[in-house]
Amino acid sequence: MIHPSVIKKQRRIMLVLLILNIAAIIAGLGLGTSSVSFNRLIPTILGQGTFKEEFVLFSIRLPRIIITLLAGMALAVSGAILQEISKNDLAEPGIIGINAGAGVAIAIFFLFFPIDSGLFVYFLPAVAFIGAFITAVFISFFSIDKKSGLNPNRLVLVGVGFSMALSGAMIVILSAAERQKVDFIAKWLAGNIWGADWPFIWAILPWMIIFLPFILVRSQRLNLLGLSDPVSIGIGLSIHKERIILLLSSVALASAAVSVTGSVAFIGLLAPHIARGLVGPRNQLYLPIAILLGGLLLTLADTIGRNIAASDAIPAGIVTALIGAPYFVYLLLKN
Amino acid sequence: MIKNASVSFLYKFIFAVLLLIGSFFLAMAFGAADTSVKDVWLAFTTYEAGETIDMIREIRLPREIGAVFVGAALSVAGAVMQGLTRNPLADPGLLGLTSGANAMLALVIALFPHANYFGMTIACFIGSAAGALLVFGIGAMKKGGFSPFRIVLAGAAVSAFLQAVADGISLLFKISKDVSMWTAGGLIGVSWKQLGVVVPFIVIGIMISFFFSRQLTIFSLNEEIAAGLGQKIPQIKTVLFIIIILLTGASVALVGNMAFIGLMVPHIVRPIAGADYRYILPLSAIFGASFLLIADTLGRTINAPYETPVAAIVAFLGLPFFLFIVQKRGKAII
Repeated sequence: MIHPSVIKKQRRIMLVLLILNIAAIIAGLGLGTSSVSFNRLIPTILGQGTFKEEFVLFSIRLPRIIITLLAGMALAVSGAILQEISKNDLAEPGIIGINAGAGVAIAIFFLFFPIDSGLFVYFLPAVAFIGAFITAVFISFFSIDKKSGLNPNRLVLVGVGFSMALSGAMIVILSAAERQKVDFIAKWLAGNIWGADWPFIWAILPWMIIFLPFILVRSQRLNLLGLSDPVSIGIGLSIHKERIILLLSSVALASAAVSVTGSVAFIGLLAPHIARGLVGPRNQLYLPIAILLGGLLLTLADTIGRNIAASDAIPAGIVTALIGAPYFVYLLLKN
Repeated sequence: MIKNASVSFLYKFIFAVLLLIGSFFLAMAFGAADTSVKDVWLAFTTYEAGETIDMIREIRLPREIGAVFVGAALSVAGAVMQGLTRNPLADPGLLGLTSGANAMLALVIALFPHANYFGMTIACFIGSAAGALLVFGIGAMKKGGFSPFRIVLAGAAVSAFLQAVADGISLLFKISKDVSMWTAGGLIGVSWKQLGVVVPFIVIGIMISFFFSRQLTIFSLNEEIAAGLGQKIPQIKTVLFIIIILLTGASVALVGNMAFIGLMVPHIVRPIAGADYRYILPLSAIFGASFLLIADTLGRTINAPYETPVAAIVAFLGLPFFLFIVQKRGKAII
């Protein structure tokens, strides 16, 4: 039984976050190098803008903002799941090498397939998923203790090792690629939102529609998993099956997100932690908040990155790292 | 007993030196350009000129000498770090030193575009010192210090942060290309002039480390024992820290990022050399030099005439090692 006041508080926070998200979307739409000023936003949306205004708004900024919203949401949930199943506050798809695994798969895919073919966009999330999945299997394999099962600390440590080595592998692939592809992969690595066009949205949207509700429905089971293993088993949860399903969904969400945004880390760390701080550790309460926060954070990071420098954009991945890394250190010190 | 140990060490040392000489010749003879052992021999022993021979003298020789010194420097730096912090996972690349140097390099290139090589090297020293101080400072903020596991995580976070700073600066000032030439260049384009600046620092650093190897051994066992035996802990710690900075900074100035080598080599050496740093440090230096020579030769020949960056090869070889150490020392680390 959750106390009604807690639920009320959660609703209020959700409302505030929704408003903030809308504000961030409007800010993101109105700011940029080729300006569509704020007072032209509504006329343009209603179809009274010039050709240039319409083009900037509908073909450049709007898809980009939708992508960052979706990807931020996915990364937030992915991080939250990883933290629950590993019982480790520091787990995050970027830190434990899942992003890097997805990146290597994408880089290999790029080497052997032409970039310009129209269909390839829809393969990307799947390719990223395969790479991330293989990485996740390896990481889990190396972090399982014979006696005590999955060791949460070792999971993170092995993950850090993997992400370093996979970045190395990525450089090997880079060195074998053509000039144009090299530039692309380098930008991907820095977390530049590159897939900012409608097809990319259609490519990742199905993954979001399937996995986000799927996780929300399972939030009660996530609560149980957070208990100690004997207790979870005693309640009647088949923890191994549950862990695998959840890990798969987490990998799927993270890889779909990074396949279009590039390697963005720390969102999966920041959003769930802030959400838990706001409403406590119950999954059904904090997950929706984490989702909204994730979208908000990545959209903000991207808008800041796009506007901080006069002409060249700073990739969102850099902005999130500058904010997220100190927070990570803070968490390390706290517990 | 002691005499036996030093005699058997002598054999090991001779073996290691032979290995180094062998890898050096291997590295000199193989590469994209067709050279024969005879050309290499002529280049060393005569004043004869010729296209191949000049190439060996002016391009390949400085490059391989660079590999020798950087391999030795990073391995010794890793060994000293592991002893000083009693952390089997310590490595200049993992604990934020190289990314600190990167960030500083980016800053210097942005603010003083005409800085000379010596200035850049100094920037690398300052940067790697800053990175190390950040990581160890974070470690020291917690009562009782951090476990090796947490130090590595702190290193990963600080590295991610400093790397983002470096990337951000390079994008803002539109100097990505110049910066990446420094940080991702590997051993490509190492010149005699650069060697002249960097090698003295490395030689001095390694010499001082040998001088303090006895103290390092005591340190690596237990800090209380070290204090009990009358060691001047803060002074020695400072000296060892400076050695690490000198060696890492100089290496970054020459080749840019290179993680895992400082982790791997001391661990390869320990089963041979034992726990005594008087033996670990010299062997680490020689093995590290051979290791980087071989890795560089691989990088030049796998996909010739294109180069595979040697840092990537080292990182790739390093992962199994990292996993192995985590598996073996599981409980103690976490």
